[in-house]
Amino acid sequence: MTKTPQHIIIIGGGPAGLEAASCLGEVGYKVTVLEKEEQTGGKLRLWYKLFPGFRPSGEVREYLANGHKMNPPEIVTKAEVIRVDPEIDHHQVVLADGQTLKADAVLIATGFQVFNAEKKEEYGYKIYDNVITSVDLEAQFISGNPLKTVAGVAPRRVAFIHCVGSRDKKVGNVHCSRVCCITGVKQAIEMKEHLPQAEIFNFYMDMRMFGQNFEELYIEAQQKWGITFIRGRVSEIAENIDGSLQLKAEDTLSGRPMRMNFDLVVLLVGMVPAAGTEALGKSAGLAFTSGNFLASNDTHFFQNETHTPGIFVTGTCREPLSVAETLTDARAATVRIISWLREKELKSNN
Amino acid sequence: MVLEGKKRVWEDYQKEIADDHYFYVRSCIRQTFFPGSETTFLRIMRDDLGKDVFEDARHTTCTGIGYHTDIVPLDTTMTVIARHFALMTEAGYTNIIPSCVTSFGIYTEVLDTWKHFPEIEAKIREYLWKATKREFTIPENLVHTSDIIYKFRNQIKEKSKVSLINKKTGLPLKVVEHIGCHYAKMFPTSGVGGAEFPSVLTGMIESWGGSVIDYPERRHCCGFGFRQYLVMANRGYSVSNSKKKFESMQPYQPDFIVANCPGCSMFLDRWQYTIAELEGITYDKNGMGIPVLTYEEMAGLVMGYSPWELGLQMHQVSVEPLLDKLGIEYKKEEKYLGAHGQNLGEPQKPQFLIV
Repeated sequence: MTKTPQHIIIIGGGPAGLEAASCLGEVGYKVTVLEKEEQTGGKLRLWYKLFPGFRPSGEVREYLANGHKMNPPEIVTKAEVIRVDPEIDHHQVVLADGQTLKADAVLIATGFQVFNAEKKEEYGYKIYDNVITSVDLEAQFISGNPLKTVAGVAPRRVAFIHCVGSRDKKVGNVHCSRVCCITGVKQAIEMKEHLPQAEIFNFYMDMRMFGQNFEELYIEAQQKWGITFIRGRVSEIAENIDGSLQLKAEDTLSGRPMRMNFDLVVLLVGMVPAAGTEALGKSAGLAFTSGNFLASNDTHFFQNETHTPGIFVTGTCREPLSVAETLTDARAATVRIISWLREKELKSNN
Repeated sequence: MVLEGKKRVWEDYQKEIADDHYFYVRSCIRQTFFPGSETTFLRIMRDDLGKDVFEDARHTTCTGIGYHTDIVPLDTTMTVIARHFALMTEAGYTNIIPSCVTSFGIYTEVLDTWKHFPEIEAKIREYLWKATKREFTIPENLVHTSDIIYKFRNQIKEKSKVSLINKKTGLPLKVVEHIGCHYAKMFPTSGVGGAEFPSVLTGMIESWGGSVIDYPERRHCCGFGFRQYLVMANRGYSVSNSKKKFESMQPYQPDFIVANCPGCSMFLDRWQYTIAELEGITYDKNGMGIPVLTYEEMAGLVMGYSPWELGLQMHQVSVEPLLDKLGIEYKKEEKYLGAHGQNLGEPQKPQFLIV
């Protein structure tokens, strides 16, 4: 290390950004985290419990906050980055308020935003009172209030619809958001815990239970909690005269069309890149995936590098990831940044 | 139901509708099913709104029924439509307005095909030239005639004599709006309000004082579906689709149904008779069924036109209960008089459906 530590700017104070900041701080770098919101924590703040073990999301937020004790990074909130101007020796990070910060390396960790379910017009989100999203449901869990329909009664029949805004050419998203399947299983179980008498149905295309203990939780949902999983994409939702919802789907295993009534429908919304990521990526000369996430330099060897030297990417701004995967990805990005900065330092000393 | 949510969707699906000078192309079947509708459209446009609407007697079918039953090949359909464009071009017009929703859907599909595959347009131009020695320019504006009435709904309101309000209760009439599948389901951006929550008829109904019923099977097909009806063995399927809709709308107690498609208006009206005769069921309290109007007929009533001049005596479900709610005066004895006052004779009465 040089006497004046090299400066790394991390754009985004969610799990990826904070974990990377912690790791880079530990080895002595000067780290600045720029977070556009008033608080750090990203989407973790919107989640009640995490799959697959139902860990309260607050525990992860606490872990991320404690990671900075050795060499805490400078965390600047309400700092929206609008541009990164790559230069040969360093990069200029330009903020919305006109400030320009100089960095030896930049790590982009701008995360994701949830798909706007209003685009799936046939599901009537924000039109039909009892259609909500998985994020709305987490907010309901966080509030601690009893689960009720708009009419103020406990729902007796609930449907979860998978892949809303994911794997759907009609809305321009071909990518799989990966975490919605297991979120659907987790939330269905939580719903059943709150409403033991309720019938719960999950409508899916296929269940992608890729992570440790995911498949086990999926089996538990069926065997222990009696949750019904129907393979079939929902074609439309309409509102009945009593405010309940009529749902049409095809059960593709039995090959039959279905028409069912529900008191509450939960749309498992997918991930899309956070607002501003595209403009930021373009300013830095970065490439994009077909889903408009920030593209890596190489899908096997250099997942956190970009085509612009000194600019790195991590977390869900580059592809949909779970929280656990995001933290792992942030650590991996850290290793690549350290390696790149050391190489740069060696070159400058020679 | 959150109306603001619907309004946000409607904002995304607004389209350009020409203000004047229209080349009007009629439907094959509407003049038989609802003979006053197209006449009423022309009357409103020319006499009340002062618009220039031109039609050419040489205009033919768009081949829609043959096309959707796989009898007419697509190249033939496109060449016939190219001929219609040629008639429009020769008459000096650039805005084409089909009266039929299926024609509108086919015209939209053909123009979209040519946009993406210019070589197909070139081929069709060649076919048309070889067959008729005609040439054409692409229309600047293609909209359905219900779009036109939607556009001028507020001008019609200003000139209106009747509101869609129950005279006795003072409450807005409850209206089921039914949009033909070919209006926007194939090309959502071609319909006012899009495919999921079309606002073309809603806009008219609300402007003229009525309220719209959004019932669970609102989006469902009326059951016409061309081959469902045209193949006699499939007609039970056609009826069952309409029945599904009637059962779904019945709890809302609609005062009437309005549709913007020739087939939908026909089947939602006539199948009520069929279902009543088959099962002894009607979907209103009095055993008379739910009256069904075309949007031109609805506009004509609002404008104060005589119901019998509008051709409402041609409906299977009697419109008199609706006329009574609207406070429209009519003479029963004039119901079956022809245009020149001759008695056309009363139709045979159904066994169950009260007329």
